[in-house]
Amino acid sequence: MVSVTSQPEEGRKSAPFPAWLRKFLTTCGSIAATMLGLLLVTFVIGRVMPIDPVLAIVGERASQESYDAVYHQLGLDKPLMVQFFYYLWDVLHGDFGNSLLTARPVSQDIARVFPATMELATLGVVIGMFLGIPMGVLSAVHRGTWIDQTIRVLTLVGYSMPIFWLGMMGLLLFYGILGWVGGPGRLDIFFEGLVPSVTGMVLVDALLAGDMDVFWNGFSHLILPASLLGYYSLAYISRMTRSFMLEQLSAEYITTARVKGLSERQVIWGHAFKNIRVQLVTVVALSYANLLEGSVLTEIIFSWPGIGSYITTALLSADMNAVLGGTVVVGLIFICLNILSDLLYKIFDPRAK
Amino acid sequence: MMIFKSLLAGAAIGLAISTSPMAIAATPDNVLVVAMRIDDITTLDPAESFEFAGGDVSRNVYMKLVNFDPTDLDAGYKPEIAESWTVSDDGTTITFKIKEGLSFHSGNPVTAEDVEFSLQRAVLLNKTPSFILTQFGFSAENVAQTIKADGDTVTITTDQPYATSFVLNCLTATIGGIVDKKTVLAHEVDGDMGNEWLKTNSAGSGAYSVQAWNPSDSVVMTANPDYYRGTPEMTRVIIKHVQESASQRLQLERGDIDVARNLNPEDVAGISSVEGVKVVDELKGRLMYLSLNQQHPVLSKPKVREAFKYLVDYEGMTQSFLKGQYTVHQNFLPQTYLGASSENPFALNLEKAKALLEEAGVDGLELTVGVREAQERLEIAQSFQNNAAAAGIKVNLTVGTGKQILGQYRARELDVYLGAWGPDYPDPHTNAGTFAFNPDNSKEANATGLLAWRNGWDTAGLTEKTAAAVVENDRAVRAKLYDEIQAEFRETSPFIVMAQQIEQNAMNEKVMNFSGGQAITSASYWQVTK
Repeated sequence: MVSVTSQPEEGRKSAPFPAWLRKFLTTCGSIAATMLGLLLVTFVIGRVMPIDPVLAIVGERASQESYDAVYHQLGLDKPLMVQFFYYLWDVLHGDFGNSLLTARPVSQDIARVFPATMELATLGVVIGMFLGIPMGVLSAVHRGTWIDQTIRVLTLVGYSMPIFWLGMMGLLLFYGILGWVGGPGRLDIFFEGLVPSVTGMVLVDALLAGDMDVFWNGFSHLILPASLLGYYSLAYISRMTRSFMLEQLSAEYITTARVKGLSERQVIWGHAFKNIRVQLVTVVALSYANLLEGSVLTEIIFSWPGIGSYITTALLSADMNAVLGGTVVVGLIFICLNILSDLLYKIFDPRAK
Repeated sequence: MMIFKSLLAGAAIGLAISTSPMAIAATPDNVLVVAMRIDDITTLDPAESFEFAGGDVSRNVYMKLVNFDPTDLDAGYKPEIAESWTVSDDGTTITFKIKEGLSFHSGNPVTAEDVEFSLQRAVLLNKTPSFILTQFGFSAENVAQTIKADGDTVTITTDQPYATSFVLNCLTATIGGIVDKKTVLAHEVDGDMGNEWLKTNSAGSGAYSVQAWNPSDSVVMTANPDYYRGTPEMTRVIIKHVQESASQRLQLERGDIDVARNLNPEDVAGISSVEGVKVVDELKGRLMYLSLNQQHPVLSKPKVREAFKYLVDYEGMTQSFLKGQYTVHQNFLPQTYLGASSENPFALNLEKAKALLEEAGVDGLELTVGVREAQERLEIAQSFQNNAAAAGIKVNLTVGTGKQILGQYRARELDVYLGAWGPDYPDPHTNAGTFAFNPDNSKEANATGLLAWRNGWDTAGLTEKTAAAVVENDRAVRAKLYDEIQAEFRETSPFIVMAQQIEQNAMNEKVMNFSGGQAITSASYWQVTK
């Protein structure tokens, strides 16, 4: 708290808001400015791109009269900034407009596709985190040994192998040949519609409805694409963990801890690892954000109706309402994960307070 | 890049599958599961729907006055909601008698009033496919008089005495679907005649009703127990959006789907030998063509136009990268259409092309070819580019999305366009009226819907001949007229029609009577058995 009475001689006026409120308002202002900038840039790019949104509606065969009518109807005859302000006004009223491709409100579409991506990305990042961090630590502790080399090769494969190829091979092996997992799609067709959609996430909805058959079927479809994304993020997370750990393990306080007779486990996990948690928060948050943007190729291979393929298809079809709506969501994801990272910093590092 | 990745993935999985045995499982006997790309569906309203996948849904949901029987497509249109029809002496009025005892999915009876409402609505809404009806002179102002119900009959009055077959063929198009007036009007908002509601719902009387449409995911249809031909054996049809050919193939081999409709040539070749799977070929209406902009000073020379027709390796392409997917066809009417010519006089002949170019005094020609970023088109473009280079023509490819390239094409900005054209309705006029019809070639006419106009071609008299063919009522004479138009078109036009599409549907061998609709219509499911 800022004390006003402590420095009266400097003539400072009384603060109108408490510090936490000021910080809150500043954060909100910053979010609003970021979102506005994001919308403006996306809107302008969408309008100057050599894709014709009118053709997307009227079709290739349309006469010039039909074309002109829709051109006018979309407000494209107005100056760009006027178009943007109309759009902004609608967005502020919660109206992202209708998608040309699906004939439904964009907000409704996003409510349908985003949970699919969220379910996939969350399991993906969990797999990446729980395997990647220990692998990174192990690699650093056994630097230069066969363990380090094996992990390095494994992560390098994850990093460099095209995800669509890995996906196809995974699908062929685990679905096509072994039959261990479900095929493309979120559920077998006979399980679709059996549980009401509450969150849009199949596993969560199945648990809420208490239908374990649907849950396990959904899980069998989810596990392969999620593992694939997990492998992809694992590569990044483990490489970063190794690098952070090596830096810590060469520090003097580690030598001191060892001299004091602490067990190797305490040295590594109790001291060195504790000090890289803040950096790892950023790495994991970035990985999660990347996955939440949607992995277009993974979504295509696994027929996963997520936000990545939604935005890509919209972009290629000049469906600008959908593109802008999707961009807002992706922007919000990054902002939310940033805020979450800030909060976690304070938990892991008292100095950040 | 995406194409390269898809190719690589397809090749990799194809190789792997070919060496791995897989057993066919099965979907339930009364459910048909089809995998295809359905991300082009933007609406389910028959007055608005104009895409391939949307046409498939509509054909199964909405009945029309006249329609095609999927078990006998060669017979042409047959009565459906109409029991019979008569044509007035002056040839401008057709009176349809409506069949009794038909009902919508809602239980409401199908009446002449519903037919009047549906067709008037399609004209009044004025959506993209409305030209299929408005070309008969129907407009918002006159539709109350030109499409009229009276008791159990509906009369349609056109502005000219068109060939009856032309009018009826157009009524078999998606836009001719008859909707349930009461149900649709119950969902009307702000005078939209139920358009918003019908975009995502159905109100038809066909073999199936739409249970759910999840964009870019699935369409689920439920059989209509009161369908006039009897309850379809497939009580549910599930159409799943599966983008990748390799994924469709895997699912078919695993038995999770019954039909795969978008397999690439490698996957078709691979799956052909799999036990329990069959591949059924159907000729479709889509044509692949090149067109030369006649505003270009060099391309407008007759010798140059002719030379370009010898720069395409028709046989080579259909025997290699287009094998099984396209067949050589050099006429604007697809095979199976009335009057379609099967003459294919051109073949790759570099020497002849060079000689013609020399005669035309062409030297150092450099051109821009606009092409969409689609695998088959890019391969055709590259093949043409190589042949053109051998004849001394430098071809620069402008590759872009459909919307990008089309915008330039419609604005007459491309030297050469490489694209595809699919008929809008199953009558020869659908293609004749765009390839060989251009009443005003001036820039001001802005007839962007006509391919002849987009290429700045005045059609050299074919416009009049096309106009004469569309009003000819004698079927044999009409066919002969189109044959003559095509003969002249092949020689003089700036269009180089190269190939006609073949659709290869792979399916579980238990699936019988599946019809993708061939070149004239869309897929139908009521007759399918397993």
